[in-house]
Amino acid sequence: MPDVLSASMVVEFPFTRSLGPVQSAFLTGLRERTVLGVRTTAGTVLVPPVEYDPRTAEEIRDLVEVAATGTVTTWAWNPAPRRGQPLATPFAWVLVRLDGADTALLHALDAPGPEAVRTGLRVRVRWAADRTGAITDIACFEPDEGSTPGHRARPHSGEFAGEAVTGIVAPARLDYTYTPGRAQSAYLAALAEHRVVGERCPRCRKVYVPPRGACPTCGVATAERVEVGPRGTVTTFCVVNIKAKNAMNDAIEVPYVYAHIALDGADLPLHGRIGGIPYDRVRMGLRVEPVWPGPGAGRHPDHYRPTGEPDADYDTYKELL
Amino acid sequence: MPKEPVAVVGIGQTRHTAARRDVSLAGLVREAARRALDDAELTWADVDAVVIGKAPDFFEGVMMPELYLADALGAVGKPLLRVHTAGSVGGSTALVAANLVAARVRRTVLTVAFEKQSESNAMWGLSLPVPFQQPLLAGAGGFFAPHVRAYMRRSGAPAAIGSLVAYKDRRNALKNPYAHLHEHDITLEKVQASPMLWDPIRYSETCPSSDGACAMVLTDRAGAARAPRPPAWVHGGAMRSEPTLFAGKDCVSPRAGKDCAADVYRQAGVTDPRRQIDAVEMYVPFSWYEPMWLENLGFAAEGEGWKLTEAGVTELDGDLPVNMSGGVLSTNPIGASGMIRFAEAALQVRGQAGEHQVPGARTALGHAYGGGSQFFSMWLVGTEPPAT
Repeated sequence: MPDVLSASMVVEFPFTRSLGPVQSAFLTGLRERTVLGVRTTAGTVLVPPVEYDPRTAEEIRDLVEVAATGTVTTWAWNPAPRRGQPLATPFAWVLVRLDGADTALLHALDAPGPEAVRTGLRVRVRWAADRTGAITDIACFEPDEGSTPGHRARPHSGEFAGEAVTGIVAPARLDYTYTPGRAQSAYLAALAEHRVVGERCPRCRKVYVPPRGACPTCGVATAERVEVGPRGTVTTFCVVNIKAKNAMNDAIEVPYVYAHIALDGADLPLHGRIGGIPYDRVRMGLRVEPVWPGPGAGRHPDHYRPTGEPDADYDTYKELL
Repeated sequence: MPKEPVAVVGIGQTRHTAARRDVSLAGLVREAARRALDDAELTWADVDAVVIGKAPDFFEGVMMPELYLADALGAVGKPLLRVHTAGSVGGSTALVAANLVAARVRRTVLTVAFEKQSESNAMWGLSLPVPFQQPLLAGAGGFFAPHVRAYMRRSGAPAAIGSLVAYKDRRNALKNPYAHLHEHDITLEKVQASPMLWDPIRYSETCPSSDGACAMVLTDRAGAARAPRPPAWVHGGAMRSEPTLFAGKDCVSPRAGKDCAADVYRQAGVTDPRRQIDAVEMYVPFSWYEPMWLENLGFAAEGEGWKLTEAGVTELDGDLPVNMSGGVLSTNPIGASGMIRFAEAALQVRGQAGEHQVPGARTALGHAYGGGSQFFSMWLVGTEPPAT
């Protein structure tokens, strides 16, 4: 398939989380080098703790302290750590049942190689030097063959010196490879030549601009290319007086006019910014044409400006609203 | 075999507010679910299945939150379904739960919808930087404002209609202790003097960002017979969808919305919604959508919806009260907003709506929409069980 575009797309955001009482105590405890669990109605100790009993659904608040030593219950070797993982060198993902707990905690084990890891291995917490009240306050686990199990969970108030951790920031990032597909790629290639080319549905004969490669109402592929515009009619619009919290929009000064523009020959409007006219003189029916971007400024029209033609009659575009 | 009649026997919601920093997501949904169970005088063990809904995962950045919330909702060992239809999701979620009962797959279903907007970023979640696309996004208000202008042109509605809706809904919210905005000093002049954000939409004609959850307990005829308080009976429910943009789309009055309403009315035997329905709780995130939906839902002829608003028909003491709770304009935890509409309709016919009760309401419509006017979900509830 010729000239199908592709680009990387990164989706990234620092999410905040309110912790609620149990996670708050757990993470505050980690900051103070203390691992807390919670005791269920049936007496089982869950580490990490949860707010509600998984068996009975009852609210559980009976916090207990468990040991910083434990036993590996299962593991998987990670030969190629990725960005953001606990260790930069190869390590084992481990489930560790801490002494005093009945469930296992997922974390990383610093070990020289997979031959050094086994189910049943005794391990201990390696605390991070700088602790902030996060799961990363446990830097990782390390082998601790000399330790012995047998520690019993002890009741704990969940209170610590210093301010309790009540929220965390959890950055999330997704890396995609995005391709707009055949139809959009052809549309973008034509835009680079200052032409607007849509596609006509073979069944309903409607012309889609931008083309999608398929007609959303008929559900059939579209291939017949149709050049439209470049002139068109403002069918409706709004005046944007506040900036969107979107870095890609920051260059556009407010107020600006965000308009639906039906290019001549297209069967639905596309969206564009109107310029070359005071914002408060833009009106439905205004005839406009694209102003193409300067070199290196992308392929889409920078904005649309009035052509000077008389306004289109409402009846000519009312079906496109 | 006819469908099993479905009854709403428990309703719970949080006191919606800008930020609930005192609870986790689990704590938030738990609060609404617990209140719904308390209202029904049921325990976790009485629930056979749980159906939950929220807006896209990107909003709070918790992937598949339904898994993490199973403990909090007593869902361990039971079916747990998650529904996903953008802003209409709260309504769709309730309908999926209702269908489980109607089909006699489950007898008693807990349904919950939520959003913690303080810990999410809806604008970011809806404005991902997709390569090769124009960076023109102006937020939800910028998306819907041109459709409002198109409505004004098509109907010839006076420019003040939007402010009348906002003034009404914000006053209704003062009677609803669960509403987020309680603007005790609200006046029509203040609404009309508020800044124009996306002309023709003013600041006071837009919804807030809220943290909140809503839950309902739905059950069969036998469950309703045991209920401690009057149930609301489901007389009709439907969902419809259509693409956000297509040639021939009517962005002012989408076909999917009309078809969805027609389906609900057919199920319920409603032939004249304006006369046969006592109260309407509809999804109005921007004030002008009240007259637009009045037409789309068949309460007024095309171009006439604004006349009902202008004449005071949609006021709490009017002939067809709309958004008695204060509506989305006063409370908007996005994922929960649809369910709050459905719950308000049920509260009204149960006679449990407190200060914002429409006296004698026997039939009420709950409505939600989402995406780019792309998903619709509605239900009609009544005081009496449906004829079978």
